[in-house]
Amino acid sequence: MLELPVRPQGAELIRTVGLTRHFRLGGFLSRRFLHAVDDIDLSIHEDEIVALVGESGSGKSTIARLIAMVYKPTAGEIYHRGRPLATVRSRREVLEYRGHVPMVFQDPYGSLSPVYRVSHGIMRALKLHRADLSRRGREEEAQRLLEAVGLVPAVDFLGKYPYQLSGGQRQRIGFAQALACRPELILADEPVSMLDVSVRIGVLNLMASLRRRERISFLYITHDIASARYVADRLVVMYAGQVAESGPVEDVLAHPKHPYTQLLLSAVPDPRAPVSLPATGEVQEPPRVIDPGEGCRFRARCPYAIDECSRVTPRLRLLRPAHDAACHVATSDLVAPAPTERTDKDASLR
Amino acid sequence: MIATATRPLLEVKDLCVDYLTDRGAVRAVDHVSLEVRKGEFLGIVGESGCGKSTLLFAIARLLTPPAEIASGDIWFEGNDLVSMTESELRHFRWKQYSVVMQSAMNALNPVMSIGEQLRDAFDAHQHLTGRQVEKRSEELMRIVGIDPVHLRSYPHQLSGGMRQRAMIAMALAFTPELVIMDEPTSALDVVAQRSLMLKIKQLQREFGFATIFVTHDMSLVSHFSDRLAVMYAGQVVEVGETRQVFADPKHPYTVGLMRSFPSITGALQPLSGIPGSPPDLARPPAGCRFHPRCPHVMPRCKVEEPDFYAREADLVRCFLFDA
Repeated sequence: MLELPVRPQGAELIRTVGLTRHFRLGGFLSRRFLHAVDDIDLSIHEDEIVALVGESGSGKSTIARLIAMVYKPTAGEIYHRGRPLATVRSRREVLEYRGHVPMVFQDPYGSLSPVYRVSHGIMRALKLHRADLSRRGREEEAQRLLEAVGLVPAVDFLGKYPYQLSGGQRQRIGFAQALACRPELILADEPVSMLDVSVRIGVLNLMASLRRRERISFLYITHDIASARYVADRLVVMYAGQVAESGPVEDVLAHPKHPYTQLLLSAVPDPRAPVSLPATGEVQEPPRVIDPGEGCRFRARCPYAIDECSRVTPRLRLLRPAHDAACHVATSDLVAPAPTERTDKDASLR
Repeated sequence: MIATATRPLLEVKDLCVDYLTDRGAVRAVDHVSLEVRKGEFLGIVGESGCGKSTLLFAIARLLTPPAEIASGDIWFEGNDLVSMTESELRHFRWKQYSVVMQSAMNALNPVMSIGEQLRDAFDAHQHLTGRQVEKRSEELMRIVGIDPVHLRSYPHQLSGGMRQRAMIAMALAFTPELVIMDEPTSALDVVAQRSLMLKIKQLQREFGFATIFVTHDMSLVSHFSDRLAVMYAGQVVEVGETRQVFADPKHPYTVGLMRSFPSITGALQPLSGIPGSPPDLARPPAGCRFHPRCPHVMPRCKVEEPDFYAREADLVRCFLFDA
């Protein structure tokens, strides 16, 4: 009954092990820490789109910035094709890595310099990351890139300034700049949330086609679970800096195991569903994770919380094929009892 | 159709709003007519720049230069809002209608506690003793589901959802007939968003006020609004019963919008969105404003501007329904 088609996976591009990032609150003598990201094990493979969903403040963007080497982890490690990022040190190596794993930002109005033509950003990226190309070659490549992101005729767009472009077109320029580095993985941080509804789907389709045609993987960060379903293979649900649940996207939607995922899914407005409004929808707010103790961070909002939830932090457990959740209460659908701990890590990482 | 005996609470007729710029007037709201009945929830959906917020500001008489009402009428229970002076409006606002802004963080005063801001509003509009103000403030906080201890809190100490609730509490302070809401949930996460929507609906049932709710997210209002108006490039292009519009969208723009957001239920379908992007209102296309993006464009769409045509209970501004 649980024979699910699991897409054949390519090689592992990025793996994080116990990835943790804390931010000190207040002055530098302060002893209070915001736990933005705690103990994350995440992997992204070749030719795969992984969606990271969660509420604001759940740590999604922090993970992207850690992978992009904008932040250094407080603890844990990120491996790129097996090599720890801590060993990527020289300027040349960092540049090379950032070319492999570029970022596309949320705000297409803030991420392009208004004083330069479109060609500037793309040519600059080509100059930095594509030493093999001649001047002529760079120009041809810039045109090819704009065509790849659906901006045609490319020659016209190269000469334009950002103010002459719509939000959707600007975001496509962002993708073209990322493509200029010949990336393996693009970190897309809420790339459509600031776009108009009618052009969002075009950018999502662009991500899907870049994966199909150029074999590029994506880490798609979003708060919109429906758009995650539309493009992603795998869904990772974050709550308060930790992974609550992860698995193949359709399996997580059809069989959400974590009570938080269930809450999230029930809150998505769906015009296709029949109208039924509960009389009241009082829910508490997600916590700001400042120096948390042991225990499940969702327990205060959880309808199924038991004693154990306030004493022991739940670890991710495999509950369905390739699908795990960090919950003491959730039951397994696997026929044979699964190993309870997915990874066995050095305690000093935490 | 049977004419209803009661006249609508709010009637907007042929309203036009211009932004006066160096390059001439830009018409942001073009001949919009709407009705809001007592206790009704009217959703207005449209993309950024379609004029939905400008329309709301015009209805609330909150437009500031360079925007101005160029022509048209706004009737509120027989009162002509357009010709009202500022001092007349002062007696009208808050008591008859109130506004909940998109960003509570910007709309609330950061250096005053929530309680002080409520007291300010009470002092300006009603003569109450300190004790009465306190009692009423506590009551209002409870109504919107915030612990009254937060009357002493400052806006930055509240979460986004609580700030929006505090705004709604203020809007309800004088039990108005109409509450105008400009994307009050757009800064919130889905869970908080749904919780706030349910709260608004519950308050509406309890106190019977009407709501105009503007949003760019069509799916958000699908379960909450009674009627829906879809705006495109400054005009209303379709208006009808919400469930009817969702079940059977008629204007090609509405159809395109419906095909723009993926669903978490049902089979996964490839979506196309709408090609192109909304027009620059300084140079709107001739004829139907949607024709450059429309899959059903006909020769007359490029030269003639469509009127409203009735289909079932809906009104559609499209020549496809000119029969």
